[in-house]
Amino acid sequence: MHVKALEYAVRGPIVVRAVEMEKEIKANLAAGKPSGYDFDDIIYCNVGNPQQLGQTPITFSRQVQSILGNPQLLSVVKDTYKPDVLERASAMLKHTKETNGAYTQSPGFDFVRESVAEYIQKRDGGKYPCDIKNLFLSDGASKGIQACFTLLVRGAQDGVMIPIPQYPLYTATLTQYNATAVPYYLEESKGWGLDIATLGDVIAKANKDNAATPGFSVRAMVVINPGNPTGAVLSYDNIKEIIQFAHRNKLVLFADEVYQENIYDKENAPFHSFRKVMYDIGGDVAKETILCSFHSISKGMTGECGLRGGYMELLNWPADLQAQLYKLVSVGLCPNVFGQWGVDLMVKPPAPGQASYEEWNQQYQGHYESLKRKAGMVVEALNKMKGVTCNAVQGAMYVFPSITLPPKAVAAAEAVGKKADAFYCTKCLERAGIVIVPGSGFGQKEGTWHFRCTFLPAEGDIAKVTERLAKFHDGFMKEYE
Amino acid sequence: MLARNSRRLAWLTMNNVNEAVKKVEYAVRGPLVVKAYEMSKQMEEGKKFPFTELVFSNIGDPQNRGQKPLTYNRQVLSLLMNPQLVSNSAISNIYPSDVIDRAQLMLRYTTNGNGQYTQSAGMPFIRENVADFIRARDGYDCDPNDIYLTDGASIGIKAILELLIRGPNDGILVPVPTYPLYTAVIPEFGGTSVLYQLDEENGWSLDVGALRKNVQEFKKNGGEVRGLVVINPNNPTGTVLTKENIEEIIKFCHEEEIVILADEVYQENCYFPEQFPFHSFKKVLRSMGEKYQNTQLASFHSTSKGIMAECGMRGGYMEVLGFDQDIVQTLYKLRSIFLCPNVVGQLCVDLMVKSPPMGSQSYSMYRKEYHDVYESLKRRSIRLVKTLNKLEGVSCQPVNGAMYCFPQITLPPKAIAKAQELGMQPDALYALRALEQAGLVVVPGSGFGQKPGTWHFRTTFLPQEDEIEGMCTSLKKFHDGFMAEFA
Repeated sequence: MHVKALEYAVRGPIVVRAVEMEKEIKANLAAGKPSGYDFDDIIYCNVGNPQQLGQTPITFSRQVQSILGNPQLLSVVKDTYKPDVLERASAMLKHTKETNGAYTQSPGFDFVRESVAEYIQKRDGGKYPCDIKNLFLSDGASKGIQACFTLLVRGAQDGVMIPIPQYPLYTATLTQYNATAVPYYLEESKGWGLDIATLGDVIAKANKDNAATPGFSVRAMVVINPGNPTGAVLSYDNIKEIIQFAHRNKLVLFADEVYQENIYDKENAPFHSFRKVMYDIGGDVAKETILCSFHSISKGMTGECGLRGGYMELLNWPADLQAQLYKLVSVGLCPNVFGQWGVDLMVKPPAPGQASYEEWNQQYQGHYESLKRKAGMVVEALNKMKGVTCNAVQGAMYVFPSITLPPKAVAAAEAVGKKADAFYCTKCLERAGIVIVPGSGFGQKEGTWHFRCTFLPAEGDIAKVTERLAKFHDGFMKEYE
Repeated sequence: MLARNSRRLAWLTMNNVNEAVKKVEYAVRGPLVVKAYEMSKQMEEGKKFPFTELVFSNIGDPQNRGQKPLTYNRQVLSLLMNPQLVSNSAISNIYPSDVIDRAQLMLRYTTNGNGQYTQSAGMPFIRENVADFIRARDGYDCDPNDIYLTDGASIGIKAILELLIRGPNDGILVPVPTYPLYTAVIPEFGGTSVLYQLDEENGWSLDVGALRKNVQEFKKNGGEVRGLVVINPNNPTGTVLTKENIEEIIKFCHEEEIVILADEVYQENCYFPEQFPFHSFKKVLRSMGEKYQNTQLASFHSTSKGIMAECGMRGGYMEVLGFDQDIVQTLYKLRSIFLCPNVVGQLCVDLMVKSPPMGSQSYSMYRKEYHDVYESLKRRSIRLVKTLNKLEGVSCQPVNGAMYCFPQITLPPKAIAKAQELGMQPDALYALRALEQAGLVVVPGSGFGQKPGTWHFRTTFLPQEDEIEGMCTSLKKFHDGFMAEFA
């Protein structure tokens, strides 16, 4: 397979270097020496990894999972845990048996998929039923996405539309399968929204560019909503237009919706699921559009990245195709059980009136409000930096500011064989100890430069992050002006 | 230049799906097992069958058959899932203090708790513990940088195969019979399985002469053999390779520059350790001369088997030796797209390779539980092999390891004709009847591969001891009935 070419910037060479530097710093400080750098710590703003930066896991979920980890604990903790924790754990144990380290069915536990179905139905206004036959649990959304791509992609003759900028799982996966990435550009000047009128041209251009590839056609379209790295939340109308476009062109639609709970402007930019809008459209569109929607426990207020939990819903897949997918996922036996239980606990948290509800709600809202505030703080700080502009963040966990780099900087980068934004980010690591990811890792319009930075550090540290970034930026601009 | 509307737009269907996927078969969870699950649901709804319960012997999943997890492991795990329990008095009254110490130690290494993505190769402290385990097991050094944690061994195996396979001219030597992960994944990646027959008459032994022949054949047709899969202890046959056999294999692969994929997930399931001890490929390699030390070897282990049997946690690791730095970089890049192996699986690897030491509070209970499970597995294997060898026309080679029996069945011509009539493999018909008439869920030998003209099935010996008797009785009754029907 085509492994040499693939790149995944989120964990690329800058991050490898950061880990080395962090070891050095820790060793120096432990020996009572100065760190060796202008800073005493490395702050990782490269990955959407909330708990790494101090976001606490949801207490209720971890309490239940401690019992699932050792069912004998049920009697021991009856005075430590609230009654609904014990009830929930017991209910889940009924489904799994006490010897719960067994493999599960390949699509995942029925009872978890039922919880997911209820969540989906409720989220979308209760109008559109969800059949668990269409639900597959997976080790994080990434695994589900990969399984679908394995089915879809045969080689270079298969074009898949991906947004620019995009989360580089997509470009990496397409490279791995030797498929053709067909970029469609998001409009930075329009809050990173999508101009539908340009999409038709995208297909025409792709067909023209790939005319030499026998049998080439554009087969699928990936949409990330809320956007990573952009932070944009698509409008209802935009989603509707996309679905209709996909239907007209018989594109399999991949809706990566893992940030659906990270919505910061609920009044003006609420989350609409692709499935809901598709069903709202109705008619042939609702019956024929092949839609794959993905969700995960890694993001939102749960932030359980390490547990690797997620699910996908496949709508309008022919039954024989779905059987192929089942076969594919069965080779890996099943998604890991703690990830599956994590999905159940995410989609079915304590309800109002339950003993743990207050605490759960406080934690959930606390994380949410904090993320919202931090987003605002970082965007504000970035927009104060010379030559930097950052769109308001409506969702997800990232800022993706554009930086105007002076020609001297671009030249200096070329001299060391780097892209200008990678050069900038490398210097940022070395001089400020902040780990950010160059925009070239996500894709951007030719001639523009960006970087992606999370706003996940603890609120108390955000000022430190923005100060160090600002100081570094000023110094960098002065050096290369 | 073709205009857009002259392209035939087509939705995703079986006609334009990735062909490689169609070739993927995984009998362990194939249509027979799907049917068994349906029957299970029907039984719950009250439907009557000619048997009172289904016996799922299709899959190496001990806990599914009621085997209890090791207490120490689950105690530590519960604290890792909710670190707040560590300082809880109800817990410290019940849990041995070494459990709490272990959890605290592991938590210290996972700053901010354990819900975050980890490094892509897995948490460093666990990789170091794996290296310690390997050193102690083999008596040779082990570099933690060669260790990659994986979601079960299957994921590590896939990663190496993905590196090796460029197209259909790349062959991977796969044993017959084999655990069908290999015959599923190799076509999925567009490569070719180059099958080598294990010698049933000689206890399913591996003959390097057969390997050599297959390689030459494949090369003649323009192919290149890039890897050799060897499963030791073997699934499905239960064979444990001798040291001499392993040396021969290493010499052969060194000569042919073939990467060895050593699937060693059953290394703790060796039931006659005096006569048939486990030798790791790593250890044997290191005991051979200097010239062999550049052999490329990937060894795989898992938390799903052994005595721990935590299948659902999806924990495992691989040790990758002899690869250039740039290959290792590529491997790292590949692994990093999925961020990291799941954390609980990683923690289970740590628990597997580092058990309570002698003198610690949990030591005796741990050793007793371990010993009891091990001896029970051994007893059940003996019992089942004996039962099988008493059945008419059935012969089962000695089982020295793993969790399965893979008996050969001599099917009467009438049964074979009936199967043909139904468009099935004869052993699939046998297995289907076993399900429908006796509630026994086994996997036909055709799911694993077998010498043409021979028929087998794979059954586990994992049902608990009180169930095994019933299973043996049902099996005999069914088999006698089947043979009589098609006499």
